[in-house]
Amino acid sequence: MATLTVPVEEKKKIDRNEQEALITGAEAIAIACKLANVDVVTAYPIRPYDTVMQYISQLVADGEMDCEYIVAEGEHSQFEIVKHASACGARVFCGSSGVGWMYAMECLTVTPALRIPLVAMVGNRALDDPGAFGVEHNDALAVRDLGWMLTWVDSAQEALDTALIAYRVAEDRRMFVPLAISCDGAFLTHSQALVKIPAAEQVKKFLPRYNRGDLLLHPDNVISVAPQANEDWVMEIRRQNYAVTEIACDVIREVYADFEKTFGRKYGNPFFEEYMTEDADIVLLGMGTMSTPVRVAIRKLREEGKKVGFVRLRWFRPFAGPELAKCLERFKAVGVIDRDFSFGSPDLSGVVATEVRSAMYTGAATRPPVLGFICGLGGREVTLPDVENMAEITFEAAKGKAQPLTQWIGVRG
Amino acid sequence: MGQLFAVEIIYRGVFQKTLAKNITRDIVLAAHNEGKLGISFGRYGDSPERNGIPAKSFAIVANDEQTLEAGMAQYEPKQVDLTVVLDDTLCKGAESWAWSGLQPVHHALKPGHTLIVISLEAAPALLKNIHRREQPYKLGIVKGVTSFSGMWVYKDDHTDVRILGAIAKALPVLMSLESVEKFINEKLKNSLKVTSARTAFERFTAIEVKAGEGNPEELVKVGLPRWEDMRCGVSIKGQEVGGPFADPVTGEVGGFRPGRNELFKKYSTRTQRPVVNFSTCTKCTLCWLNCPDAAFDITTAGTYDTNLEACSGCGICEEICPVKNCITMVNESEFHDNHSQWAAFETDKDAYLKWLETTIQKAESGEKRSHGFRYRGQYQEQVPEALEIANKG
Repeated sequence: MATLTVPVEEKKKIDRNEQEALITGAEAIAIACKLANVDVVTAYPIRPYDTVMQYISQLVADGEMDCEYIVAEGEHSQFEIVKHASACGARVFCGSSGVGWMYAMECLTVTPALRIPLVAMVGNRALDDPGAFGVEHNDALAVRDLGWMLTWVDSAQEALDTALIAYRVAEDRRMFVPLAISCDGAFLTHSQALVKIPAAEQVKKFLPRYNRGDLLLHPDNVISVAPQANEDWVMEIRRQNYAVTEIACDVIREVYADFEKTFGRKYGNPFFEEYMTEDADIVLLGMGTMSTPVRVAIRKLREEGKKVGFVRLRWFRPFAGPELAKCLERFKAVGVIDRDFSFGSPDLSGVVATEVRSAMYTGAATRPPVLGFICGLGGREVTLPDVENMAEITFEAAKGKAQPLTQWIGVRG
Repeated sequence: MGQLFAVEIIYRGVFQKTLAKNITRDIVLAAHNEGKLGISFGRYGDSPERNGIPAKSFAIVANDEQTLEAGMAQYEPKQVDLTVVLDDTLCKGAESWAWSGLQPVHHALKPGHTLIVISLEAAPALLKNIHRREQPYKLGIVKGVTSFSGMWVYKDDHTDVRILGAIAKALPVLMSLESVEKFINEKLKNSLKVTSARTAFERFTAIEVKAGEGNPEELVKVGLPRWEDMRCGVSIKGQEVGGPFADPVTGEVGGFRPGRNELFKKYSTRTQRPVVNFSTCTKCTLCWLNCPDAAFDITTAGTYDTNLEACSGCGICEEICPVKNCITMVNESEFHDNHSQWAAFETDKDAYLKWLETTIQKAESGEKRSHGFRYRGQYQEQVPEALEIANKG
């Protein structure tokens, strides 16, 4: 369990005051679940997600958290159970990794149309084969077109805060769609860092009870959920979810503003974080924990007088396209680092690079070259030389020297 | 743009799906003998794998490729040159499984064109059920028993070729009798079927139905809501439990009427309906308990009245009822309304019981519908019977 920096006998105070603890990203999410007073948790072990289920079961065993904790016989049931529990008005949590997430795919596809505000944690992991534990983003990205909200965090602190924000956003009556928080396997799920744990009373203020309203599946509210529908109905149902996507960015902005007011921690622009971009000639862009080596390498490059910055994308769905395009149009070239790749995509790039190019095409006044880098697959480290290499290539593109639109970085060969 | 023809076959799910598919396919192949091109397909939004559900199949034929493509550009033809109804109980209208309200069988028929019905009845009886419309049309009857078969087996009782013969007469520009005969000889390779087609062609006549002639029932109009007005979360208002039954004659309140879907009615799903002898009913509750559609209302007297909004005509109540002739399934074509039988019984017991006796007798001697294949050799028995009736003309 968490190595709390306060004595256990003073636990009671924890509820009233902010505390600091040295915990992993997975543990941070478990604590967020406790603070959010989650009603139903379903679990099925798979690395690296399983650390979160271990921590939650510890919290339950210690009497710190009161929830229904169901170990399912597989991920398919795991996600089905929370779907039903959420329809009945329970705040739910669940998660998975890699092929476990894919095994739940049928259940992942049905939650958005049913307007289930499920919050899930994806411990990002390479998809089999080969069986591997390391981080790759293709697992979570598999639901990018299915109506899920997707966010990537890069620290245990952000994991905890984002989990609280996630419940506020997903359970907002205007939204009611599932949300997955992606945490890079190992780098975040299994690494301990100092985290400020907010007081339970404050969380209570920030996070109202989940109110399913007229969609509550209950004998007193007689409704039938998920009937068969023919071509006279499906398009209208899809249009309803489209309406969610139209307002999603506004709702997220509101919630971050309220988070800042309640807890005092500032995230600035919720959708992406800019690092040393003010005077930058070029920027690198990526999601998740690669931010650490990228920032370090950038500081080194800056010392050499190279004006490079970093944009860390936090929200992938919704994708703040116009805003991101306005940000990126300032630079001479953009290098997108994908911890995934998208087979047969335009320019054979990764998913993020393709999305960024698409956003730039419609939203940017000028269109600098957008290079795609495939890096850090299967848990391979994104090293400092890798980052320097990618920055150099991007600088070359900024100088007007044509570069391949997709390059694999850190691969032997 | 060349000539374009659309033929619509209205049939009952499962029992007639192979028959309907064969007819539309055969139309295309027969017309192809004259150099025409075509496609045939079933309406995808239907559920032809559900017992008795009204469904549609189409044949689209044109004399050149571009015209055919123009016909194919809309998935389901909005106007047809010919409508064939394979079961005369469908004359009451067709509600597809994906319900969009009760539609008259001539819903898509072009003015002045022909509606063909397979039936043992004559035109006046059918017109009691077929809704009136503003434009005149023609009604032709192919005399014969309704051809029902099962999910996987097909009863080859010549209904397919008899319909082809009738179509060649009603719409010769689509295909001639010669083309039909050529198709049967070459593809079906059955000279008896050629005779059946020719006989049907020769006997087929159609009467003019005037504007406004027919069943005066007002059809329920169903509007589809805008997306903003729909409940979200793919949820619909559930069925209420129900409440007391209000006696339609005495006004007395008691008993129980189950809650029912406000929109989805089972009228045209039925090919038969239960008639109840309230004087011999022992109130054993078995029909009520076993009905899969909660179709029975419990009257203030404790008897069970079939609510015809909800009854899909499955016949389980007849099977389960322990009293002889207390519940009898009767062909739907015997009825022209959906009124309460209990109300009729209460109003005039003797008259009701007399009507019941005649109806049951008629049901026993009349056309029996076989929902599928029950025993080995059943179709071998039925086919000659059907052919005999057809050949009598």
